[in-house]
Parts: sequence; C-alpha cells; structure tokens
Amino acid sequence: MTAPTATAAPLRLFNFAAPSRFYALIGTLVPWCWAATVLLAVAGLYMGFFVAPTDATQGDAYRIIFIHVPAAWMSMLLYLVMAGWAGIGWAFNARMASMLARAIAPTGAMFAFLALWTGSFWGKPAWGTWWVWDARLTTELLLLFLYLGYIALVNAIDDLRRADQAGALLALVGSINVPVIYFSVKWWNTLHQGATISMTAAPKMASTMLTAMLLLTLAFWAYAFAVIFTRTRAIVIEREAHTSWVADLARGQSRS
Amino acid sequence: MNWHSPSEFLAMGGYGLYVWGSYAAAAALMLLEPWLAQRRHRRAWHDAVQAHTSESES
Repeated sequence: MTAPTATAAPLRLFNFAAPSRFYALIGTLVPWCWAATVLLAVAGLYMGFFVAPTDATQGDAYRIIFIHVPAAWMSMLLYLVMAGWAGIGWAFNARMASMLARAIAPTGAMFAFLALWTGSFWGKPAWGTWWVWDARLTTELLLLFLYLGYIALVNAIDDLRRADQAGALLALVGSINVPVIYFSVKWWNTLHQGATISMTAAPKMASTMLTAMLLLTLAFWAYAFAVIFTRTRAIVIEREAHTSWVADLARGQSRS
Repeated sequence: MNWHSPSEFLAMGGYGLYVWGSYAAAAALMLLEPWLAQRRHRRAWHDAVQAHTSESES
C-alpha cells in the first residue's frame, strides 16, 4: 500500500547531467548566489574593518588576511573540483562534467593570482620583500601556471572531446601539487607562517578576526558558484548551439 | 571602534598602501570576472538566437 509513493517522485539527480536541465537549474540559482555573495561580503568586511581589533604585532597590515587566506583556500579547492569534474568527464564521457571543468578554470586562476597578489602586499610590510622563492609561494605560483596551462591546452585543441581529455590528464597530474602547497609550510622551513586554522589545534587568532575571515570565505564560495554557473551557461550554449533544445529555446525567445 | 576619522581609516595605521592595494585588486578582479562571464553568455545566446531564427525563416 505504501510502495507506490516510493517510486512516485524519485529524486533523479542524474537528470541534471543533461545540459538542457542543468542550464535551466543554474539559471535560477545564479541570482541567489549573488545575493548571498553581497550579504556575506558586507558582513565580513564590516567585521574585518570595524569589529576586529588592530593586531598587536602586525598592526593593521594583518587585515589582508581576511581576503588572502580565503583566496588561497579557494584556489586549491577549485583546482581539486576542476580536476574531479575533468576526470569524471573523461572516464564516463559526460559532456556536462567536462564543461564544468572548463568553467571552473578561469575562476580558480583568478583566486590563485589574488592569493599571490595579496600575499605579496602582505609580504612587503611583514617580511620586507614582495617575493621570495619559498616553498609555499613557489608551489602556489605553480598552481596558477597549472590553471593557465589547462586553459591554454583545452583552447588549443579544436576537437572538443580530445581537448577535454588532454585537459583532464593535465588537471589530474597537476592535482599532486595541491597537497604539496597545503603541507609545504610543515615539510620545509619557509618564511611563510604555518596554518592559521588547523583541524587539531585551537585557532591562533581572536574570534572576531576568525569570524571576519570565515564570512569572507563563505562570500568567496558564493561568488565562485555565481560566476562559475554564469560561465557554465555560456559554455553550454556555445557547445550545444546545434542541438534542438537550444534551437527551441532560441526560437521561443525571438517570438516573445 | 577602531577608527576615529575617515583619514585614519584610509591610513590603516601606516599600512594603507598594502591593505588597500590588496582589497582594490580583489574588488577589481571580482567585478571584472563576472562581467566577462556574463558578456560571454550574452554573446553565445545572441548567436544562437540569430542562427536558429534565420534558419527557420528561410
């Protein structure tokens, strides 16, 4: 008697593997992601500049941490997500997964650049130099080059499926670099300070500072979803332009 | 409250160049990137509408 309800409305997540459905789904999500980005960023910046106190040793230069650490986290996380989707796209010939990987790369590169830029602007007052060839900095620079290499590679090959496969290979091999970045401050004697937040110890910063940093981390997450989904929509239309669902959508648009 | 005047806020205890140099880069990039992504979507969509409406008229 209860059996039919189980199959009446099954949750078919794989439905969203179809570009037409995924395109519509993320189209409705993008405005919400932007709203979350703005709210979290305003809250995080308010905490970071007006609530968190001046640091006893670093003065106000430390306030760079509120964007430096989230940008560095995002650059590493997005690389793993990109490599994951590229790998799934390659292994299962799933075109939506490969399109997602391509959409993630520019945002990951932007965050890697931002981590290096803000790190440089923090390094100058804290260490007296804009740049050192230190393990943490060098591996983060390599991450930026891996993103740029992936983007260049997938755009250099005309055959889309072959380009996706070559990109997946590069992304997966390069993902070895991510744990190296993360543990670099433990494995080598570096100028860069150790982890501010660790899973095993209490945070080494005031709770208002921590709150500001976590709010901006969430803002960067929401930003990443918003911009990656927007780019995914562009890539879907570019690559599916010849299909009947895009044709139907386009004709519907021109009539209205 | 950390600041007693707008100029004190801008000075960031003498680290204004470094703090604002970081935040300005973040703001610029995080406005530019969505603009580029939105433009790419608009162009792809515009091309698709053109391609499919001209073919149905002929």
